[in-house]
Parts: sequence; C-alpha cells; structure tokens
Amino acid sequence: MKIRIRLVYELGGPLLLIALVALVGSMMSIAQQANVINILVTATIVIGLYVFIGNSGVMSFGQISFVAVAAFAAGILTSPVAIRSTTMPQLFHFLAVTKISNLESLLLGALLGAVFALLTGLVLMRLSGLAAGIATFAVLEITYDVITYWNKIGPGARTLALVPVSTGLSVSAIGCGIAVLAAFLYQHTRSCRLLRASREDISAARGIGVSVFRQRLVAFTLSGAIAGFGGALFVHELGSIQSSQVYIDLTFTTLAMLVVGGSGSLWGATVGGIGFGIVDVFLRNAENGVALGSLHLSIPSGTSTIILGAFMVAVLILLPRGVTGSRECLERFSMKRFSKAVRLDDQDVPRKP
Amino acid sequence: MSALGDLVNAISLGVIYAVVAVSVGLVFGVLRQVNLAQGEIIAFGAYSLWLTRTWPIVLSFLLCCLICIGMSLAMQIAIFRPLRGASALTTLIVTFGLSYALEAVWLMVFGPNGQPVSRLSILNNTVLGGHVDIRWVTFAEIGIGGLFFVLLLTVLYRTKVGAMMRATAEDYKTARLIGVRIEQVVTVAFVFGGLSAAIVAILATVQTPLVTPDFGFNLIVVALVGVVLGGIDSLGKATAGGFVVGFVNSLLGAVIPEQQLVFLPTLTFLFVILVLLLRPAGLFVPNRASVERV
Repeated sequence: MKIRIRLVYELGGPLLLIALVALVGSMMSIAQQANVINILVTATIVIGLYVFIGNSGVMSFGQISFVAVAAFAAGILTSPVAIRSTTMPQLFHFLAVTKISNLESLLLGALLGAVFALLTGLVLMRLSGLAAGIATFAVLEITYDVITYWNKIGPGARTLALVPVSTGLSVSAIGCGIAVLAAFLYQHTRSCRLLRASREDISAARGIGVSVFRQRLVAFTLSGAIAGFGGALFVHELGSIQSSQVYIDLTFTTLAMLVVGGSGSLWGATVGGIGFGIVDVFLRNAENGVALGSLHLSIPSGTSTIILGAFMVAVLILLPRGVTGSRECLERFSMKRFSKAVRLDDQDVPRKP
Repeated sequence: MSALGDLVNAISLGVIYAVVAVSVGLVFGVLRQVNLAQGEIIAFGAYSLWLTRTWPIVLSFLLCCLICIGMSLAMQIAIFRPLRGASALTTLIVTFGLSYALEAVWLMVFGPNGQPVSRLSILNNTVLGGHVDIRWVTFAEIGIGGLFFVLLLTVLYRTKVGAMMRATAEDYKTARLIGVRIEQVVTVAFVFGGLSAAIVAILATVQTPLVTPDFGFNLIVVALVGVVLGGIDSLGKATAGGFVVGFVNSLLGAVIPEQQLVFLPTLTFLFVILVLLLRPAGLFVPNRASVERV
C-alpha cells in the first residue's frame, strides 16, 4: 500500500502542477494566456529531454532536432495546400499535396520524432560521455543546416506561416499531461530500471548482463517521440515557425530547465520546465515594465537572458542536483527513501578534493 | 584559388582551432572539466581590441592579453573552484549557461550588428599576388601559433610547475599525495587558457574583422568538437583534434561548389559523427583504450 501512495505522488504531483498552471492561466487575459501555453509546451519538451538524459545520465543536445523535424512536418502538412505552391514552390510533391488535420499532425510529430531518434540513436547510442554529447550536438547542427537550406522539404530560411493554431490552454495542458504519463509509465518498466542501473554504474550494469546500448536506444526513441509531440504542439501554438526558433536557444533553455529542476526525476523536469518558464516570462515582462504593487519594475532589454544564465549557474553550483534534489514529488517525506537519496548523492558527485 | 593556397589556408585555420583546443585540453587535463565559456573570453578579448582601437597597437594587444588572462582566472575562482569534483557534464552545462549570459551582455553593450576590428588588416594583403592566394595573416597565424606551442611545451617539460601539471593530468590523487600544489597548477592552466584566448582574439579578428556576440561561441564549439574528436584525455591529441577539424572544415569549404557551401556544417559534422563512431575515444586513441573515463 505504501508503494502505491508513493506512485500516486510521483504521477499526481506533476499532473497537479500542470492542472494548477492551466487553471491559473484560464483566469488570465488572452495575452498572458499565450505565455502560460508556451510554458506548458516547453515543459512537454523538457519532459522529453528528461526521459533520455535523466534516466540514462548521458548528455544530449540533439532532442531539439526532433522537435524541429516534427514542428516543420506538422506545420507544412496542416498549412493550406493552396498557398504551398507559392510560398514553397520547390517542395517535394507529396509534401505539397498532402493535408492532414491538426490532431493527426500531433501523432505524426510524435511518430516522426520517434523514427528520427531511433535512426540517429542506432548510430549514436554506441557512444558515452562527452563523445555522445558532442555527437548529439552534431545531429542538432546538421538538422538545423538541412532544414534551413534545403528548399525541397520546407520553407528554407524563411518563416513557415499560416499554420492553423490549435494549441490552446487545454490542449497544451493535456499534451503536457500525456508527456508526464508516458514518462511515468516508462520509468516503471524493466527497461528503464536497467537503464538507471547503467547510469549509476555502467560497468556493474554491463557485468550483470544489461545491454546498455539497447536500453539507451529505447529511452532515446521515447524521448524523441515526446520531443516530436512537443514540436507539433509548438508549431500549432505559434501558427508559424522558423528554423532558428528550434535551434541553440531552445536547446539551451530546455536543458537549463531540466538541470535546474533536477535532471534525475520526473518531478524535477516538470518543476524545472514550469518554474523556469514562469521566471522567464516574468523577466521578459519586466523588460517591458511590470507593476509590483505600488512599485514599477523595469529592466533593460536583454537582462532576462543574463539573469536566467546567472540563475542557472548559481543553482548548479549551490544545488548540483537541481532545486528538487532530483527526487520525485514528496519523496523526501519518507525518511527511509530520504536517507537512501542522500547516500546516492554522495556516490554520484565525487567528494571535493 | 590554387590547391596550394587552399592547403596553406586550411593549415592556418587548423592552427587557430588548435590554439583554442589547447585551452580546453589544459583545463580538462588538470580538472577533468570542460570550459565552454572560454569562447566568451575570446569574444571579450576581441571586443577589447575594438575598445582600444585608438591606442598604440602594442598597448592594445597587451591589454587584450591582460583582460583575457584576468577573465580566465576570474572564471577559475568564481565557477571552477566551487565546482571542483563535479562531473564534466555539469561544468559543461554551467559554462554553457555562463556563455549564454555573457553573450547577452555583449549583445547589450556592443550591439547585435558587431564591431569591426581592423588592427592588423595589413596582414590581409596577399603574399605573392597573382595566382596563389596566400595572405600574410596565414603566416602570422602559423608563426604565432607555433611560438605559443613552443612556450607551452617549454613550460610543460622544462619547468617544475609544468612537471606538476603533467603529473596532475596523469593522476590527480597521486599527484596530490606527493605534494603537488593543485591550486598552483590550476592557476597556470587558466593563465595559459587566457593567453591562448588573447592570441586567438588577435588572429581571428584579422580573418573575420566583424566581432559579433557569438564570435567566441562559434569558435569554441568547433574547437570542442575537435578536442573530443582528437581525444580529450591528452593535451597533444586534443590539440591535434582541434587542428584536424579546422583543417577539414577549411578544406571542405574550398572543395565543395559555391551553391552547396551552405551545407558545409552538415558535411563537417557528418565527418565528426563518423570519426566518433569509428574511434569513440578519439581519433588518435587506439580503440582498446577505455571509453568510459569521461
């Protein structure tokens, strides 16, 4: 029974947080609602990152390429067929004539993300450590380069416009909830436990017969699916997309959210995605001036990025395992788990010399 | 452009990336950590050249060196000391964040369109004129880069602190046990990191005079790719890796047709993935060596 309560917290915590954000968002003005939707969509992508990075302990800069591919595919295939021949005259025939609904495009986004992740994963998951990080970064660079300059598969360097907007508050909240559910279900599978074992001690995991490659590939594919799903939500949120929107900046922001929240737990990913998003929105608003009670706060343009960067550096120096300590929701209230978590901390981070 | 010209230019670009790679390799050697914010030291050095554009050239370069070394040491104290013992990936992300924040600072202070630095533009003149397009800057790069390596090797192999650095890179714990002063070693590594940044700032601004906020980041990313490609465990291999990436990038740029040039990053990074697959621990590291050290 005790275990079940822990599971309820583990899944319920993130879902409740999402519902709360959506509820608060529904009471806001339309302009502010857009920010809330953006936070939820970004959180979906962060959860996608968590599924691979958090569970495997391998750094990946490549997930945003899955977001990019899915966002462009979903955007192109749902945009009006009539305008495609004028805005994207060189498009492949099947891309130029196929039209799907927004709901179908979300599924397509997830599928494309998964397939792309699987294919790159087959090659990349043989690597570890920094080599893996650099190789996934190479994937991001290649994806960006191809999307920006190959006119047969998209609008090239121009903006893809007139994508039907359908990611409202409820859709983004449900989407984020689906991502949480998928991540939750996955982290209780045998496959994920084996992967986590390899994260804690790769040699020991290999010693007991874990195929680290296969388990990483599974996580990478699921992570790609969630990222792709997030990408499709993203394009239907904005109504337009440009390749630079799904590149280094988004990679940085989402990674920062994950590590600040705590990359080792689903709760950490959700709190990081939403919390960091709220701070981000607040700072961007402050650049245009906000009223805090009787105080009028206004900061110079560009300051928000500096503060966010500094904030992230400070959090990681003071709390290397993120603000949640990489624990699941309410996990620390159980003293037994608490002592275990602390012991893990010691093992993970080598002692200061 | 002639084949000889292409080759010499590729070598000079390789040297620039090798100098950047040295700074990454030095810090990794003693601390097992990656400094992605090294690029911002280069950027600030380049901006300092713009700020002091009316000064005598020697003073301007001197100040650039001082600023880069100072900034490097400041990073060591503010970021790397508290993170001592953290994993390479944690520092990679922290310095990524720092780099991102500093880029926003450059954007605010120096504007998005970049500032022109033209202190040594005379070096852009071609050497022979006519058929072979080799510019003086190429020789400056090879010469100054070479001098820097000689200085570095002298310190590493002919001084006591150099021996301590090599010992630390070989085995951190044992080095400490036998009385190596780690703080001193780390400080020297960061001083060289700053110096290399200043050299890159001075040389790179001759080839690309426009200093934009992402000036340093673009350099460090390619150099870091080179370092991992070469083998981050050893300074020599890391430097060679930096050289290879710069060299291949420049050569590919000369070989592929003009209208396909936009796909140059794709080709370069495909090359990177291919090398990492065949040699996961690095281009110059035998496959038998452990991959899991990082």
